[in-house]
Amino acid sequence: MDATVFLISAAIILTGAGGVLAARNPVHAALFLVQTLFGVAVLFVLQDATFLAAVQVIVYAGAVVILFLFVIMLLGVDRAEDLGVEPIVGQRPIAALIGASLLGLLLTVLLVSVDGPTGARAADAPLGGADDNTRRLGEALFTDHVFAVELTALLLTVAVVGAVVLARRLRGPLQPLPVVAVASMVDDGSVGNDEAAGEDGSVPSVAEPKDGIHEAPDDGEGAA
Amino acid sequence: MLDAVWLVPALPLAGFLVLTFGGRRLREPIAGWLATGCMASSFVATLGVFLALVGRPSDDRRWVTTLFEWVPAGDLRVDAGFLVDPLSVTMCLFITGVGALIHLYSIGYMHGDDGYRRFFAYLNLFAFSMLVLVLGDNLLLTFLGWEGVGACSYLLISFWFTDEANATAGKKAFVTNRIGDWGFMVAIFLTFFTFGSIAYVDVLDTTAAGTVATSTATVIAVMLFVGAIGKSAQFPLYLWLPDAMAGPTPVSALIHAATMVTSGIYLLTRVNPIIADAADWVPTLIAWTGAGTALFAATIAVAQRDIKKVLAYSTISQLGYMFLAVGCGAYVAAVFHMVTHAFFKALLFLGSGSVIHGMNGDQDMAHYGGLRRFMPVTAGTFVVGWLAIAGVPPFAGFWSKDEILAFAWNESPLLWAVGLVTAVLTAFYMTRQVVLTFFGRGRFADPRPAEVEAAWEARLAEVDATVEAAKQTVAAETDNGQPAEGLEAAEQALAAARAEQATLRAAADVRPEPSGFALEAAPDVGPVADALPDEVAVRAEHHPHESPRSMTLPLVVLAALSVVGGLVQLPFSSTTKRLEHWLEPTLFHNEVHLTIGAGTLWILAVVAVLGGVVGIGVAVAAYAARRVDHRLFEQPVLADAWRLDRAVSRFMGGPGRAGFEAVARFDEAVVDGAVDGVATLVRKEAGLLRRFHNGLVRTYAVGIGVGAVGLVAWFLSRSSF
Amino acid sequence: MVVTTSWYLTLAAVLFTMGAVGLLTRRNPLVMFMCVELMLNAVNLTFVSLGADLGDLSGQLAVFFVLVVAAAEVVVGLAIIVAITRRRQGATADDLSVLGG
Repeated sequence: MDATVFLISAAIILTGAGGVLAARNPVHAALFLVQTLFGVAVLFVLQDATFLAAVQVIVYAGAVVILFLFVIMLLGVDRAEDLGVEPIVGQRPIAALIGASLLGLLLTVLLVSVDGPTGARAADAPLGGADDNTRRLGEALFTDHVFAVELTALLLTVAVVGAVVLARRLRGPLQPLPVVAVASMVDDGSVGNDEAAGEDGSVPSVAEPKDGIHEAPDDGEGAA
Repeated sequence: MLDAVWLVPALPLAGFLVLTFGGRRLREPIAGWLATGCMASSFVATLGVFLALVGRPSDDRRWVTTLFEWVPAGDLRVDAGFLVDPLSVTMCLFITGVGALIHLYSIGYMHGDDGYRRFFAYLNLFAFSMLVLVLGDNLLLTFLGWEGVGACSYLLISFWFTDEANATAGKKAFVTNRIGDWGFMVAIFLTFFTFGSIAYVDVLDTTAAGTVATSTATVIAVMLFVGAIGKSAQFPLYLWLPDAMAGPTPVSALIHAATMVTSGIYLLTRVNPIIADAADWVPTLIAWTGAGTALFAATIAVAQRDIKKVLAYSTISQLGYMFLAVGCGAYVAAVFHMVTHAFFKALLFLGSGSVIHGMNGDQDMAHYGGLRRFMPVTAGTFVVGWLAIAGVPPFAGFWSKDEILAFAWNESPLLWAVGLVTAVLTAFYMTRQVVLTFFGRGRFADPRPAEVEAAWEARLAEVDATVEAAKQTVAAETDNGQPAEGLEAAEQALAAARAEQATLRAAADVRPEPSGFALEAAPDVGPVADALPDEVAVRAEHHPHESPRSMTLPLVVLAALSVVGGLVQLPFSSTTKRLEHWLEPTLFHNEVHLTIGAGTLWILAVVAVLGGVVGIGVAVAAYAARRVDHRLFEQPVLADAWRLDRAVSRFMGGPGRAGFEAVARFDEAVVDGAVDGVATLVRKEAGLLRRFHNGLVRTYAVGIGVGAVGLVAWFLSRSSF
Repeated sequence: MVVTTSWYLTLAAVLFTMGAVGLLTRRNPLVMFMCVELMLNAVNLTFVSLGADLGDLSGQLAVFFVLVVAAAEVVVGLAIIVAITRRRQGATADDLSVLGG
């Protein structure tokens, strides 16, 4: 039975991943991502990591992907990407090559090795069954790794503050994005010289002198 | 007292530093007295060291003091120290002594010169370098002094460098010396390679113990000999010494007579064990080079007109004698002659400087004559110097030259014959110089050949003009058609003018050739006497004068030394051979012993004296009594120094220059090209590598991906399954 | 058929590779981010599998922290994309190439 569940979940995961790669519309890609995340959650359950499966669904599928969708909807970046054209010369072949070699190497490591994984046991709690997984996790986190937990809390706070600052709406007219066409950068020709001269006809402009692309000229706001 | 030896070079060095950095307050004559004072104190210090050394037993007269460690480079450890032994102390004595006298002389000689302070600074620096050369306890320190005297020689020869000829002479001296220096350097390398040390104590003791292979000793000896002929102006590296007379006369006296040029002989004497261990042809080569150069230079000196050039070639000739002595194994004779030569050659040079000073810078002997009436002290001391160099007993030069000739006979009669002929020529040209300068008719008021020519031209032009004017008058009168008296008078005037012109022309055709030296009487200017340029009259009024006391005092002292200098090595018995006993510790028993009997020695001495007398007699006959035509001796090829200098210049200017330019082009193309090429290569590579930085995130991601794959592959390859 | 650890690890490897290829291939910044999420999930799967294999809890602990950090990263990353895209509609990864040389 385990094998069946595994195979079905694997199929779900891989088709989801393939969908993310191939979807032209980013909304579709987000939905395919949700599919993959669900599949991974199932596999977590299969390995008695019940707490993590729950967290995966709640946080990843429920929050992160929602955030993705928010941004997509907010900014209207749902225009389809033209997947047929690859501006950078040789990117696709190299990407395929990297993928193939990486996969080949990883599989070699995993499958050809005689002894299998030989990691040592850590000093943490042993794995229990699925039923007291949460209890064990909680105990380990809040006794042995309490400092790390506090730091992650701090990290989350910082991330929130940073996100608010970065994404705030500014007063005044917005400066144009300092997009420099690839063609004007290198004088002796570089990769993607002729192709990437602004695929949607953007005008190459001079880089902004100041420290960021989100500084309006008369920005008097302090931190938000 | 021996530890005070460091004072000997330090005092002139201090003088140099003070004069260089002392500033403009050190004007004349303070600068001169300061420099002289430093030299004199150095002489006193040397005397102290000398007395201390004399006080030691004769087998304990080698003392080394180390000042500091100079070069600690792996296997090569060179310390800066001084070797005090009889040879170096002897050299120091006459360097500081004669040097002090020359400094004193220069106070008067350089009076009024703009570079007064600079001159004395250079002189002191030279003295320091020379003392380091002779006191150094290893080859490298000697080489330091060697280079130092070469540099000072350059600075002092081209002292009046605003005249390009002087600057060129300085460069020529330096470059020619350099060729010799190459030999010296190779010798230092070989010495270190062979002995593992370049200190004299190690090298000479090891060589004297007989453990050095003959081939090695030969190569080292030959290389040192190459260095010596560069510094001591032997054939073929003598070309710089006559040109070096462009420097002030005290420089010629100090550097190119008494001290620097003797450093070659000092070097060879210092390394006498190596020469003794070398192949047999090495001393023979040295001897024949010396003898050949001596004869060669003497023949040139016979026909020179410049008073300093005669002395320059004479110096080359006398240095040849010293090399002849070294080659015959007569180191004591070489040192003896070096010392006496320092005395009388410095005396002769300073005397000539005094004459030049009195004649307001004129160096051409054709304009001298009868100067003893005006410069008695100079003349008297010059005569002493003349007798010394001509080898007239009992003056110093006779004893030293005779010693050398005896050893030459011991080695080979042919060498002795060359030496004898040179001695005869020496007596001849020195007598010639003395007669032309101090005796006979005073020629300084005579019109010079160029001036006589000018006078004739002027008179002929004048007469031609008169004739033309008379013709014009006649023509005018004829045209007028006037009374006959006017025409007749005009025609008479024309006839008279024509007659005068004819007479003058006839006289011009038969006028005598301007001879080199108007020994008999003033040149016959006859009809053009009143057409001579004004300079002639100005010169006639201006009489030569004696030099001041500061210049004549050194002359007197040197004259006295030239008289008594021979006493240090009289050949009569062992007790009188004081110099030989004194120098024994430095010779390692390499002094050749004379195998000729006392009778032969007497005969050789008499023959030498007779030869000198013959030389003097012929010169007197030619120049004083005028029984022989002096032009017989003054062949143009001799006056032009056998045209060798000309040939060398042509070679250097032609193929030599082509060679230099080829080397320069090689340097530009290959060496500079390599350096620039590296830079260009780096730039091109950077241009290529820059393509990776195109600013696109995805390209960077590809880079990361490739790196990750590589890492995994690497770890995989290192792991075992 | 018994599901061994290798199966999980293989799956994770494939998922990781697909995420990597997707990251290199797509131009839309949001989709690139999603490919990063794929890779992170592959890693999480690996951790959990090995933890289960060794009977060790630390695999799941690691995943916990990865999850937290991934969330924070997504937040900040999306804020940056918002800031960029607000200026220029339809900006892709290729357009942000000011730091070229």
